[in-house]
Amino acid sequence: MSACTLVSVSTVLGCHSCFRVDMFSKGTKRKFSDDGGEMSDESLGGANVSSSYNLQRQSLLDMSLIKLQLCHMLVEPNLCRSVLIANTVRQIQEEMTHDGSWQAVTEAFCNGSQSPSERLVATEVLCRSREQDAEPKLFSVISYEGCREEEVVADETLCSVSVSDAASNVCLSESVGHCWETGELRVVESDEETSEGSRLGPGDDDDDDEDDEDEDEVDEEEESSREDSKSMGQVFGTFEIKNGSSGPDSALEELFSDVDASYYDLDTMLTGIQSAPKMGPYDLLDSLAPSHGPPSLGSPSNCRSDLNELDHIMEIIVGS
Amino acid sequence: SSRSASRRPPTFLLNRSDIISTVEFNYSGELLATGDKGGRVVIFQREQESKNRPLSRGEYNVYSTFQSHEPEFDYLKSLEIEEKINKIRWLPQQNAAHFLLSTNDKTIKLWKISERDKRAEGYNLKDEDGRLRDPFRITTLRVPVLMPMDLMVEASPRRIFANAHTYHINSISVNSDHETYLSADDLRINLWHLEITDRSFNIVDIKPANMEELTEVITAAECHPHQCNVFVYSSSKGTIRLCDMRAAALCDRHSKFFEEPEDPSSRSFFSEIISSISDVKFSHSGRYMMTRDYLSVKVWDLNMENRPVETYQVHEYLRSKLCSLYENDCIFDKFECCWNGSDSAIMTGSYNNFFRMFDRNTRRDITLEASRENSKPRAMLKPRKVCTGGKRKKDEISVDSLDFNKKILHTAWHPKENVIAVAATNNLYIFQDKIN
Repeated sequence: MSACTLVSVSTVLGCHSCFRVDMFSKGTKRKFSDDGGEMSDESLGGANVSSSYNLQRQSLLDMSLIKLQLCHMLVEPNLCRSVLIANTVRQIQEEMTHDGSWQAVTEAFCNGSQSPSERLVATEVLCRSREQDAEPKLFSVISYEGCREEEVVADETLCSVSVSDAASNVCLSESVGHCWETGELRVVESDEETSEGSRLGPGDDDDDDEDDEDEDEVDEEEESSREDSKSMGQVFGTFEIKNGSSGPDSALEELFSDVDASYYDLDTMLTGIQSAPKMGPYDLLDSLAPSHGPPSLGSPSNCRSDLNELDHIMEIIVGS
Repeated sequence: SSRSASRRPPTFLLNRSDIISTVEFNYSGELLATGDKGGRVVIFQREQESKNRPLSRGEYNVYSTFQSHEPEFDYLKSLEIEEKINKIRWLPQQNAAHFLLSTNDKTIKLWKISERDKRAEGYNLKDEDGRLRDPFRITTLRVPVLMPMDLMVEASPRRIFANAHTYHINSISVNSDHETYLSADDLRINLWHLEITDRSFNIVDIKPANMEELTEVITAAECHPHQCNVFVYSSSKGTIRLCDMRAAALCDRHSKFFEEPEDPSSRSFFSEIISSISDVKFSHSGRYMMTRDYLSVKVWDLNMENRPVETYQVHEYLRSKLCSLYENDCIFDKFECCWNGSDSAIMTGSYNNFFRMFDRNTRRDITLEASRENSKPRAMLKPRKVCTGGKRKKDEISVDSLDFNKKILHTAWHPKENVIAVAATNNLYIFQDKIN
């Protein structure tokens, strides 16, 4: 059972990196073909719909943040486009806040000095598959006439209803918490889960104890995944946007070779390490911060400050 | 076939220019103006019917070319201001000269296009080559004589309306009073008098006090064709507001608010983006207006605000590709739409150099392609079809074969006849329906 799970998990990771690389390579018409996705479909059944959804939602979020960042350098960016992308980012963040994923992301960011790839690993952990007995389907997938199977994997799930019900929330956050708590990429029966009562989402019965537990869980998880982190770093490293990339951007990049290269680095962007480069003001985006509200009742103050820090990071990302 | 037996399919003529960014017929249809990314305006004129050259009737030939806008640099923001012509709008003709407004992101210019086919000769005070004559040498007076010369078409800028827009101008629209016009950018709409360049009235301002709260921008605006106090503007959230300038100086409060309720079953992260309206056009009658969003065209009755009266799917097969189209930015393409002269048909563009026409009465639609490979001069245009699933029939094109770099954003319909102008990147196609 566990061997089977490990295989499927690594497959999920594999396919995730696969289409992340694809996403940022230029030129060719890509399909969101997931050989990995299809395989994990078979092994995990309906649970994979939501993990696949989370993966793609995360990718959409990353893509959107990059789009906001990489605007035209010479000409003022298109305000309409920026507003629409920023609204999309907000939407994703609101949804992630609702189902607890965002909380975990902020905690991951705040945990000591981790290497960028490990932070992304933490994000990845969120998106891992849930246990087998989870709610089968969170979202109704609408099939559109004429869609080919392999192309549909990413597009359909993202194009489908994104509202998840409370019960599903519980399942998802419990499973995530559980992963972190055991420090293993392994799924355990539901008894153990409920006794831990760990929850990362802004649930009603959050209290400080649980959240302290969560942070410990995160640390454990980080240690256990350190082995993987190297390979993860390699994998994620391939899609970091390098300054010296070839292709149509190279001329532009020569022109702006004195611009801080780390600005293009996905990792530093997400952690907001660099100071905001001078790109010329984005009229909208001078301090556009995601206006998602603070987490619901019961969330501890450190999470609130984490969200503020993220707001700050967003400000840096999207404007000067 | 979607055309009735008594009408022949369109023929076509081809012209070339740089990447075309706007196309507009004048009020009579005699002139057709195009603006391009290089800031140039090219005006075509329709040939008069002539017994000597019967086949040339209806051909559009270049009439005038001029550089309307130049690239500028905003030193304050360290940003370039593109010279691309966003919109051209003709003024109604009042004398022998023609007037049009052309705009880039920041500046609107009024151009006068006039013909000169005579030249005065025999001046008293200067020689034929223009040098002043010595007054003491002038012993007789003569009346200068007008001599014919080769036709020269001159374009001269008569007004420059600048420094009124902080954000990028997306629309200009001449009012039915023929004295004023409006210009709209992402957050504001200004009303100008054609004679006055140093000031304009701000009539709509949706800029929030705190820019962090900005979630919606203005995408298009147009004056009502008959009621000079009425105009509409559309937004990135798929709404249209109709405003009455008599109600208040600042028209922040709309008189009518048009929005179609969202279908909850089709909600996704892309719902808002595809609902963003890229163009709004009143019908010639003034009773309807048409809006274009990413996947459809909607016709609204101005008396009904809660939903459109007609909806036409332009390329519904793209709905499952929205994620890819978001990635390659195609989802932000701004397609325009237009009415025919009698408001019985509407037209809009799509990808792969396809454009679509919808007959509002028969509910028939047709997809045509503007490309040189598939059209020969004076040949019939073959209807195209996109295969959305199942087995692809011969001559059908599958969704995956569509070229998303070939997009038809700008189309125009002759105000009276069945002549259409279609801009495909840097080529201008003019099609007409020959009725024999």
